[in-house]
Amino acid sequence: MSNPSNLKYTASHEWIRSEADGTISIGITQHAQEALGDMVFVEAPAVGRKLKAKEECAVVESVKAAADVYAPVAGEVVAVNGELDNAPEAINADPYAAWMFRMKPDNAADVAALMDAAAYQAVVDSEAH
Amino acid sequence: MTLKQTPLNATHRAMGAKMVDFGGWDMPVNYGSQIDEHHQVRNDCGMFDVSHMRVVDIKGKGVRDFLRHLLANNVDKLTLPGKALYSCMLLENGGVIDDLIAYFMTEEWFRIVVNAGTADKDIAWMKKQAVIHAPQLEIKDHPEFAMIAVQGPNARAKVWQVLPDTKAKTEALQAFQAADCGAHFIARTGYTGEDGFEIMLPAAQAETLWHALAKAGVKPIGLGARDTLRLEAGMNLYGQDMNESVSPLESGLAWTVDLNSARDFIGKAALLANPPKRKLVGLVLLDRGVLRGHQEVHCAHGTGEITSGSFSPTLEKSIALARVPKDVQIGDTVQVAIRDKMLAAKVVKYPFARNGKGLI
Repeated sequence: MSNPSNLKYTASHEWIRSEADGTISIGITQHAQEALGDMVFVEAPAVGRKLKAKEECAVVESVKAAADVYAPVAGEVVAVNGELDNAPEAINADPYAAWMFRMKPDNAADVAALMDAAAYQAVVDSEAH
Repeated sequence: MTLKQTPLNATHRAMGAKMVDFGGWDMPVNYGSQIDEHHQVRNDCGMFDVSHMRVVDIKGKGVRDFLRHLLANNVDKLTLPGKALYSCMLLENGGVIDDLIAYFMTEEWFRIVVNAGTADKDIAWMKKQAVIHAPQLEIKDHPEFAMIAVQGPNARAKVWQVLPDTKAKTEALQAFQAADCGAHFIARTGYTGEDGFEIMLPAAQAETLWHALAKAGVKPIGLGARDTLRLEAGMNLYGQDMNESVSPLESGLAWTVDLNSARDFIGKAALLANPPKRKLVGLVLLDRGVLRGHQEVHCAHGTGEITSGSFSPTLEKSIALARVPKDVQIGDTVQVAIRDKMLAAKVVKYPFARNGKGLI
């Protein structure tokens, strides 16, 4: 599965989708879900929590391991995907549909400055070596 | 450092395995979904490459006497040829050097199977003790052997389908008993809580057997599922649930330590002088989350620690083994520190699952 070109990415393997209402949806990438394997638990941040860029704010746990999820930019959590509570395996099935939480970014420009799909792929490739 | 490879390394890669560094060995952690692999073993059967484990043959006159001294469990329980015994090998201070399986073949041949990561130190210890107590014995390890575990309710039938010549010798095997079938040494043992065989064979034949089993419908299973299967079955993992700094009596292994007979063995005096203050219990997480090794367990009687924790695919809950103060009781609720939270867990008697069924 290739990384969708309409999304932004971080070096810590989050994807970011800009929504029509100015919020952003955040999930973990194909590379991240593949490395972790079968997901069994997701802990999303509380709605209303203010986050700094790169702040630890959520956790995904597979059978094998726990991994932190980081805020891609500064902003406020405005929604979480409660469906993942009972179906964390949705992240394995389609990581780019299984958003974990939504934020209202403090600055839209911060989102625009994130990596595009090609830059993210270069990060993944460099980790493989 | 170059990772060590088993004879099946290329086969695992060709079958799509995700490979990881497992104690210096390049091993398959899963081939696809680890949870599917787990269920495959509980419900049907699967095969594991456990060639990293080491076979050690001890031969010569007096081998039984030597093992009576070397091992915490009593090899006098082994009277039938092929019968196996699970035992710890202890330091003088009672710490666990390794856990192993000893097969009684003849009065001049016992076969021992030890863990991969501890094999070299185990053999060095055995040889050191033999120099003192039984210099006539030959202690020879067989890193050239491969080992394939076929586990699950249909495992034995699949092995007989693939190796029909071995059926006559292995059909009557009881649990924890082995038969020497020439090129194949077949034991009705395992590390999953399911029925099945562990097959030791020359490395050069491993690929042929693996492919034949695959053709018969036996799915390859990675070390990831092996860990959740053994945890559900309540089987200790050396290095996590016990090690050289902890007594087997505080590791849920008192049933394997023979303190009742007059027999002396290495570590016995230390165990008698230091009654256990802690014990190993099972935990089932009541809140949402996943129990992991090294998380702190807060009990009414003090603090303990999780030694192994994961998600149980059979129970669909998180489970763990934890070393806690000895006064903790089955049925107690304890608090486990997970990141910035304290989550409730119930103390249970393990195993959590065996023979295809959850027991909690």
